[in-house]
Amino acid sequence: MLELKNVSKTVGGVAHIDSVSLTLRRGTLNVLLGPTLSGKTSLMRLMAGLDAPSSGSVWFDGTDVTGVPVRRRNVAMVYQQFINYPTLTVYENIASPLRVAGADAATIDAEVKRAAHLLRLEPFLDRTPLNLSGGQQQRTALARAIVKNASLVLLDEPLANLDYKLREELREELPKIFAEAGTIFAYATTEPSEALLLGGNTATLSEGRVTQFGPTIEVFRHPNDLITAQTFADPPLNTIVLRKRGGQFQLDGGADLPVPASSSGIADGNYTIGFQPHHLSLTPQTAAAVPLRAKVSVTEITGSESFIHLDFADVRWVMLAPGIHSLQPDDAINIYIDPHHMMIFDESGRAVSAGERLAA
Amino acid sequence: MARIDLDHIRQSYVEHPRSPDDYALKEVKHTFADGGAYALLGPSGCGKTTLLNIISGLLRPTEGRILFDGRDVSALSTQERNIAQVFQFPVVYDTMTVRENLAFPLRNRGVPKAEIDRKVAEIIDMIDLGDWADRKAQRLTADQKQKISLGRGLVRSDVNAILFDEPLTVIDPHMKWMLRSQLKVLHKRFGLTMVYVTHDQTEALTFADTVAVMYDGQIVQIGTPAELFERPSHTFVGYFIGSPGMNVLPAKVEGNLARIGERTVRLPGRPGGNAAAITELGVRPEHVRVGREGMPVAIAKVEDIGRHRIVHAALDGHQIAAIVPEEAELPAEAHISFDPAGINLYADSWRVEMGA
Amino acid sequence: MDKTWNNKAWFMVLPVLVLVAFSAVIPLMTVVNYSLQDTFGSNVFFWAGTEWFQQVLGSPRFWNAMGRNLIFSFIILAIEVPLGILIALNMPRRGWGVPVCLVLMALPLLIPWNVVGTIWQVFGRTDIGLLGYYVDRAGIDYNYVRDPYDAWVTVILMDVWHWTSLVVLLSYAGLVSIPDAFYQAAKIDGASRWAVFRYIQLPKMNRVLLIAILLRFMDSFMIYTEPFVVTGGGPGNSTTFLSIDLVKLALGEFNLGQAAAMSLVYFLIILLLSWIFYTVMTNREAGN
Repeated sequence: MLELKNVSKTVGGVAHIDSVSLTLRRGTLNVLLGPTLSGKTSLMRLMAGLDAPSSGSVWFDGTDVTGVPVRRRNVAMVYQQFINYPTLTVYENIASPLRVAGADAATIDAEVKRAAHLLRLEPFLDRTPLNLSGGQQQRTALARAIVKNASLVLLDEPLANLDYKLREELREELPKIFAEAGTIFAYATTEPSEALLLGGNTATLSEGRVTQFGPTIEVFRHPNDLITAQTFADPPLNTIVLRKRGGQFQLDGGADLPVPASSSGIADGNYTIGFQPHHLSLTPQTAAAVPLRAKVSVTEITGSESFIHLDFADVRWVMLAPGIHSLQPDDAINIYIDPHHMMIFDESGRAVSAGERLAA
Repeated sequence: MARIDLDHIRQSYVEHPRSPDDYALKEVKHTFADGGAYALLGPSGCGKTTLLNIISGLLRPTEGRILFDGRDVSALSTQERNIAQVFQFPVVYDTMTVRENLAFPLRNRGVPKAEIDRKVAEIIDMIDLGDWADRKAQRLTADQKQKISLGRGLVRSDVNAILFDEPLTVIDPHMKWMLRSQLKVLHKRFGLTMVYVTHDQTEALTFADTVAVMYDGQIVQIGTPAELFERPSHTFVGYFIGSPGMNVLPAKVEGNLARIGERTVRLPGRPGGNAAAITELGVRPEHVRVGREGMPVAIAKVEDIGRHRIVHAALDGHQIAAIVPEEAELPAEAHISFDPAGINLYADSWRVEMGA
Repeated sequence: MDKTWNNKAWFMVLPVLVLVAFSAVIPLMTVVNYSLQDTFGSNVFFWAGTEWFQQVLGSPRFWNAMGRNLIFSFIILAIEVPLGILIALNMPRRGWGVPVCLVLMALPLLIPWNVVGTIWQVFGRTDIGLLGYYVDRAGIDYNYVRDPYDAWVTVILMDVWHWTSLVVLLSYAGLVSIPDAFYQAAKIDGASRWAVFRYIQLPKMNRVLLIAILLRFMDSFMIYTEPFVVTGGGPGNSTTFLSIDLVKLALGEFNLGQAAAMSLVYFLIILLLSWIFYTVMTNREAGN
């Protein structure tokens, strides 16, 4: 178990990490999700012991390891770049941490074969990394991290330099591999869809702070605040500021949205309403759905779905609609939203209701 | 603006190519219509960047000709072809301001100053960099730098086409959405011929009206996003487009029935040609229904990815994926059925047409 | 990137610290000591205060040598930097030519100073030297022993021959780090060869050029061996640079106090000029 207690890191007066407390358990996959420069890499360096925190402490299995250097922590790292020993074969690359640890030949062979099987590298064991594709190179780096039997494995955007399709395949495989390895995994990514595919837990990061930590799908469906909701949305979260008066959210100039029953107790005032692009639709999906009038700006078609970019009042929204819709720019159309999908944030950005829980 | 014809283009990086394997690009013949938005989509090493560099003139094709509006430009340099290109990593002139960056291609061509100022002001407004116009380009973020690269192409009125080489690689997901839709708007507005190279299906499909899927140095299918999705002409296209890709199951066809192991699937029509040659049935996860009727399956895993769930199941030992809406119920004794319109048949990996 | 604190690291740098103390700090303190005292031998010293410094700073001999140094540094920088960049620009970027060029460029840098001096001394002789003989035959009256102008040309040529490679190698390192996309973009933008140099290559070489200029300036300002071997500071005092003068003063005239004061002034001037160079150039870079 890795615990960060109130950890901060300040470099030259700039807070890279701002009082982060996190507990990562053995056998879990933990995604660190946030845009570039949100502190993912800085946080990983603190976890690894590559950097010492400016304040706060790092604990491992109940022992304070703050300031213990990385060499003495049994940590493995995989980077965005494919980092392997270029002159060694894949076999020797995977074996290298075991050789350093002084394992005997039989153990090395067994471990290397096991990792190679897990990562489907068996046909390539005799090749050198430069004769492999990007995906195979990164698998080699992953195998090396796994074979090290580290108590903490850190993966810093490991799939960012791979093709879309390869990424998709590895995302499928990684959770299985992680589950078998049984150590603590921390996985940094900028992509919300990657976090969702990997599952496990997710910590959303923004400007050096962890805004929320919990099971991935929970954080996605029930963000505690606006920043978390925005960080964890791809396409971007649709938002609008509305004034609540009695049972209605109102916008000067027209729109009326009923306040969902679950949030009927909240005080009148201004609220930011957010909802996911797939919760907007061109036709009412439920009896409770309410229409809004919006103007089409661009339509993007993926083959099975359409992303319809809309201008509503003074904001830009995106609708993700199933099927192919060729709408003309500047057309005014009706769009529908079911109020129970709305996320409601007060003026400080805290969620007062993050959509009703869905019957799973 | 121009129509671009690729006339039997072949490219080899080997001195004296003999076998087809020596070619990085195996015979491409295609026309990019004037003002169209095209994407070249494929995995690393499929030849898409090679093809783009042949269009831009950075590479001379080993064989074949390239024509702009019917004029042979094969021997012309990049400058003489009047094309613009946006690269994977943003290219800006660090020591110049945003305004100077945009003016650069015009200054090089000796455009009068008043004209330059007018054009540059117009483009700065369009790419939304008004607040940064007089800042040094070096200080901007990656997405702003990419906008400058794009702007340097748009600013020229003589430009024949704008080429994009994986331009969103270094951009954060949120900014990708912004840039992509902006690009689409600009395309509509300027009516320029645009060719976009990427390995990312979402980028290709959302940007382009026509997508060419490339594999192993060849274009395997050219079509609209809908065509590529509904009627993949090769199993590779089925696999490469869609997340997850198309399910491809071994099948035998008799009349208008397909047999998958012990199970039988009714086809929407009779396949033409030699039915015996058909070995595979393809159906997209989006066209697989999970419910109480149809073929019994064993569900192996359900991934909740937010807006929908991906069900991984085994149908008579064959892996099959299905997409299930967010709020739909999954029965304990799951069965699957295929949406007939979503079924495709393949002989030797190539699609076979079905009659009525 | 900041480092993990590790006290053991001090043991690693300790030998270097000791070495620096013996080779630099202690001699420097000795020089300071000499510069403030006078002696008539037999290890009896008298406090001299700033007397020596006044003498040094008041002597035209010092300022003349100083002027020669500045002119020399200016000339060789003006030749070596553009020449070095020009050669680097024309070196191949890939293929078998790369290692060949690099080795050729590195050769002069591997030759010790005094050997360079000797080579040129012989090379320039009108009776047996290859260069001197043919220049003489060509009807040009060339003699670095008699003519101050020829002596300067010889010393400058030597320095250029010896050190331009350094500028070349550093510039080349800067050039090869520029991604191809930049050149392609420039082609597409219709940039001229000069514009490519001015807006892509030069900005990307900025950092390494700063290092090259700084190194060449400091080094040329301390020039000693070459003129010592070839011209011995002559003819007259025409190639007597500060360092040569210093040695004359200390070892030739055994004027230790004045020599010590002079070397301190010399040291401070190099330090000051280097610092000015560095701040001006880094500020200019930051200003962008």
